[in-house]
Amino acid sequence: MSITQEAQPWQAPEHDKPVEQVEGYNFAYLDEQTKRMIRRAILKGVAIPGYQVPFGSREMPLPYGWGTGGMQVTAAVIGKDDTLKVIDQGADDTTNAVNIRRFFAKTAGVATTEKTADASLIQTRHRIPEKPLTDAQILIYQVPIPEPLRWVEPRETETRKMHALEEYGVMHVSLYESIARFGRITTAYNYPVQVNGRYIMAPSPIPKFDNPKMHQMAALQLFGAGREKRIYAVPPYTDVKSLDFEDHPFTIQSWEENCALCGAKDSYLDEVITDDAGGKMYVCSDSDYCAERREAGHVGDQGEPQSPAKKGGAE
Amino acid sequence: MRALRDNGPLLDVEGLTQKYGHQIGCEDVHFSLYPGEVLGIVGESGSGKSTLLRCASGLMQPTAGTVRFNTRIDGLQDIYALSEAERRMLMRTDWGIIFQNARDGLRMNVSAGANVGERLMAVGERNYGSIREVSSEWLEKVEMDLGRMDDLPRTFSGGMQQRLQIARNLVTKPRLVFMDEPTSGLDVSVQARLLDLVRGLVRQLGIACIIVTHDLGVVRLLSDRLMVMRRGRVVEQGLTDQVLDDPQHAYTQLLVSSILPV
Repeated sequence: MSITQEAQPWQAPEHDKPVEQVEGYNFAYLDEQTKRMIRRAILKGVAIPGYQVPFGSREMPLPYGWGTGGMQVTAAVIGKDDTLKVIDQGADDTTNAVNIRRFFAKTAGVATTEKTADASLIQTRHRIPEKPLTDAQILIYQVPIPEPLRWVEPRETETRKMHALEEYGVMHVSLYESIARFGRITTAYNYPVQVNGRYIMAPSPIPKFDNPKMHQMAALQLFGAGREKRIYAVPPYTDVKSLDFEDHPFTIQSWEENCALCGAKDSYLDEVITDDAGGKMYVCSDSDYCAERREAGHVGDQGEPQSPAKKGGAE
Repeated sequence: MRALRDNGPLLDVEGLTQKYGHQIGCEDVHFSLYPGEVLGIVGESGSGKSTLLRCASGLMQPTAGTVRFNTRIDGLQDIYALSEAERRMLMRTDWGIIFQNARDGLRMNVSAGANVGERLMAVGERNYGSIREVSSEWLEKVEMDLGRMDDLPRTFSGGMQQRLQIARNLVTKPRLVFMDEPTSGLDVSVQARLLDLVRGLVRQLGIACIIVTHDLGVVRLLSDRLMVMRRGRVVEQGLTDQVLDDPQHAYTQLLVSSILPV
């Protein structure tokens, strides 16, 4: 089937031709028509920052909830010159990240990296890298529930109307509830934001620690929700404001500890249980950031100094 | 007596007709409501009272006829000619709608305070302290215990839910409130307290009110004017006391005479 007027089969542009990939699959797994459909949805999303664009989500060779939305967006924008980084909870070496990275290495033959600075595409689940991104990069989020109003209003028809008419009072009702009950806003992840002064958007389950990074970010941010069949986007240098009250302003998490391995004070820390006697340590959730700091000679309480010659590898 | 007619009618309904297929919901209803006036609508079940209320309050577009509201800025406007955004804005600022079933009008899964504060947040109030202050003021006005402010409405009794609904609607100081059988389902003593409260608030704040009910006692107590409906048509209207004490239409006579003497 073809949609061109000359009725000629669509040809992948030269730079999209696969280099060395598994046989029997199109470049980046999805067929070209599907990729065009997704690209159209992405363009619309970029044109209307924060607006959820429906798209025909495809079956991917892994279950919903494992990043099918993010993978489809990645497949639609990736070219053979791209370098892909995939992170899950900030780390490059967790199951989801390893699998998705290998998937694209196989089906698109692209270069992959664990270095934030070297990547042109970064697909992420749950984190934004600590290192500021540049305008040459694209950040792709895996989104489980794209609708920020879903918890207050279960009807899809009604939430669409609320977005269309900018009726966002109920978002503050949920924040009000949190303060009334606990004395502060307790939402710690997937903290709702307003994009470009218009649409309320779910930032996907990133910690609210990462919300300020979305504001005026140099990189293009794309969001894909496979099960819910929605794509949305935040173009580079766009205002992203976390919702709050005047007398209960938005704040991010902070820790009394520093990273035990690299000593970082400014990064998002994971609590790691080290034994069954209450032993624990706090380490950077962004594994690349931590490794880079250690290479540069920073050492935390429980870290070992590294010689500059020894690259990569934690302990 | 309050000055009723200084600025013309607040709500003007003309030739309002709503048909459900061949069924008639209500037909050719005319009335005007002036600021501060309370209009009662009575009639038996299925007489078109609720249909009329839904059409007049912007919840359901009528088959024919116009509903015009005297907006603060542009004067009399056909509410169904406004954009949906404007109409919904009107509905949550200048209007209040109190449902028969409090569950239709409340958010049952958020606290009483948040229920009252929702309208404030919807019109852009972003200060937690002042939202809470205004909410508690209104909860006091409807005689709610402030200790229950952070409790969920589903833990409240029927009468409390109804009072909460009133507070939630009045918090933006609307000029017009629609009430659909506000006291049905409540026991008699609670009804009396609620009616007393509503009467006090309506008089004190000068709110215009349309009350739909099948309880003639309610309209006797609250309303200035009365409309009697039957089979979708208005069969009689006039001052409340006049209609109730000297009913002209056969149906009104039947209705008045069916009140059980206590």
